[in-house]
Amino acid sequence: MDLFFSLALQILYGIANLALISLGLAIVFGMMRVINLAHGEFIMLGGYTVVVATNNGVNLWFAMLILAPLVVGLIGLIVERCLIQWLYGRMIDTLLATWGLSLLFIGIITSIFGASTSTVVSPPLGTVTIGEYTSSGYELFLIFVVIVLLALVYLTLKFTSLGLVARATMQNSDMSACLGISTSKIYMVTFSLGAAVSGLAGGLLAPITGVLPNIGVIYIAKAFITVISGGSAILAGTTSASVLLGGVNGIMSYITGPTFGEVALLFTAIILLRLMPTGITGRFFRKSQ
Amino acid sequence: MTLNRRRFLKTTAGTLLAAPALVNGALADGHGPIKFVSILDQSGGLDIYGKPMVDATKMAIDEMNEGGGLLGRQIDLKVYDPQSSIQFYTQFATQATAGDRADVVHAGITSASREAIRPTFSRYNTLYFYNVLYEGGVCDINNFCTGSTPAQTVEKLVPYAMNKWGKKVYIVAADYNYGQITAQWVQKYVRDNGGDPVETEFFPLDVTNFGPTIKKIQSSGADMVMSALVGGAHISFYRQYAAAGMNKSVPVASTTFGVGNEHKLISAEEGDGMICAYSYFEEIDSPANADFVARFKARMGADAPALNELAARSYEGAYLWAEAVKAAGTTDRMPVIEALRSGLGIDGPSGRVEIEPKTNHALQNVYLAELKDQSFNIVESYESQPPADTLMVCDLVADPNQSVFKFENGLKAAGIDI
Repeated sequence: MDLFFSLALQILYGIANLALISLGLAIVFGMMRVINLAHGEFIMLGGYTVVVATNNGVNLWFAMLILAPLVVGLIGLIVERCLIQWLYGRMIDTLLATWGLSLLFIGIITSIFGASTSTVVSPPLGTVTIGEYTSSGYELFLIFVVIVLLALVYLTLKFTSLGLVARATMQNSDMSACLGISTSKIYMVTFSLGAAVSGLAGGLLAPITGVLPNIGVIYIAKAFITVISGGSAILAGTTSASVLLGGVNGIMSYITGPTFGEVALLFTAIILLRLMPTGITGRFFRKSQ
Repeated sequence: MTLNRRRFLKTTAGTLLAAPALVNGALADGHGPIKFVSILDQSGGLDIYGKPMVDATKMAIDEMNEGGGLLGRQIDLKVYDPQSSIQFYTQFATQATAGDRADVVHAGITSASREAIRPTFSRYNTLYFYNVLYEGGVCDINNFCTGSTPAQTVEKLVPYAMNKWGKKVYIVAADYNYGQITAQWVQKYVRDNGGDPVETEFFPLDVTNFGPTIKKIQSSGADMVMSALVGGAHISFYRQYAAAGMNKSVPVASTTFGVGNEHKLISAEEGDGMICAYSYFEEIDSPANADFVARFKARMGADAPALNELAARSYEGAYLWAEAVKAAGTTDRMPVIEALRSGLGIDGPSGRVEIEPKTNHALQNVYLAELKDQSFNIVESYESQPPADTLMVCDLVADPNQSVFKFENGLKAAGIDI
């Protein structure tokens, strides 16, 4: 029984982890149909923000929860104004441009910090004991953060005027523009918010995975698969895809090992996209759009 | 330029006439600089290993050049960065042999990269050094493997750790030939010492979430973990393991931890108590090593990476080759190979390193160390250890015309009981 609970917690963490690294990408993709290939690098930049800040004596919690999203959100704003705003509606060009951007970020960070960074930030929470099993308290904290984050996104979209305008833009941007909404401003805010969420993810993951200039590559594939499997609804899509793929991955990893865990995740995604080419929310939860 | 018959004849004839001159030129090239090519990953997931190796190689070559070079010639070092991609390895290996006409190539970090390029060097008759600890089993007249192998390190590490922590061992390893074969060596040595390898798991190089495995380690009832994890992403294992509070209750020994300077990347509390065995640690207490470390730090300044077996052996590998060139009086491949195989050795920062002629591997000292506050405390040392693993399957004295990797299909296929 202890094993069951401890394992369930582990799988829940796997799901939260997937949701955390995908949410920023999902916001940008769901709202703007922009596939941001530099998403992994936004996460990486969040991690570096935390490393630099803590090395300069900033409190770790402040660095993770405030500084990382703030810094990366600002970077997102600059990127949107200088690059993305000229490329709306040009899917292939955006792919290419953001891919170039990702290489640029990796290059810049490598030349500043070197290819391997000595991060000595330790996970700041102790351990949680369930019977004879111990789990990391920090993982529990991450699960909590993801739930709060999802709730925040939901409340913002549902109950604020910004959310209303954003949903309108998402459903029909031309009509929204006719009604006097500045869609370009909405896109700008959305992109920055997406970047900020990615930065937060990077900041939160830094203590348990460490930071390398090319760590983004590890995240981007999984984030992508989750977002595409989820479909275009930001919340319902990310959550349902994370639960499905993270659950499959966690269970298969435990039974057979991590290699087949990854294989099972990809296999599930392929089958899913074959049956539902527009993702889970293309078929279910359609109202959530 | 269009190629018509007249022009074709003209150029062909010209080339034919000039050919003897070109050949003479190549021979007379004995007076130009000696070409030393190094192919090591300085970017991508393997850079944690490659960068210190390149720094140490450069230091060796610079020292030789400042001392007047070899045979009165300067050494021209060319470094390629294959960016942790096997495809670039094969490309640069061909470039080094056919394009640069290197006198010697020191290359490869992972066993996967070594096996990708070793055949190229054999085919083009280019002398090849592999200066990285690995799983053993290369039997190649043209290839000198100077790093430590499991019979030298793992064979000491496993019984020491089992005596200290207990007999049930959980093995985690990288999922390619190094990890797969090293895991078999660990299983063998655990059984040889009366222990039980309860479970073995392999991880692709880009895995960063070790949660499910950590749960499995807890429920397996293992007494200790043996890790042969590789690369930047796998450092997450040690962090997550410590975050779950496991490093105190089920301690970790490793065949790879530290050679990428991982002990500097994770905090003291995450790493304390880990046990490793290598043929070199920066903390070796000898005048030769103190001198080596001081010179390296002076040269690299504040950015100096920590020194480990890979870096020190890259330095010593360059000197082994240089010693052989001096003994042979030429950089030609066969005389240098013969000189190396005549029991040639050097005294480097790790102590005495000698080439063992049956395997082209090295007789070397091995040190066992425990991690404390981000540095290794050496607890045992063993002098002049033979590459007993490779000696079981390889005899280049009896049959020099070999270029094979004996453990390609695992230890059982090579006739070793695990």
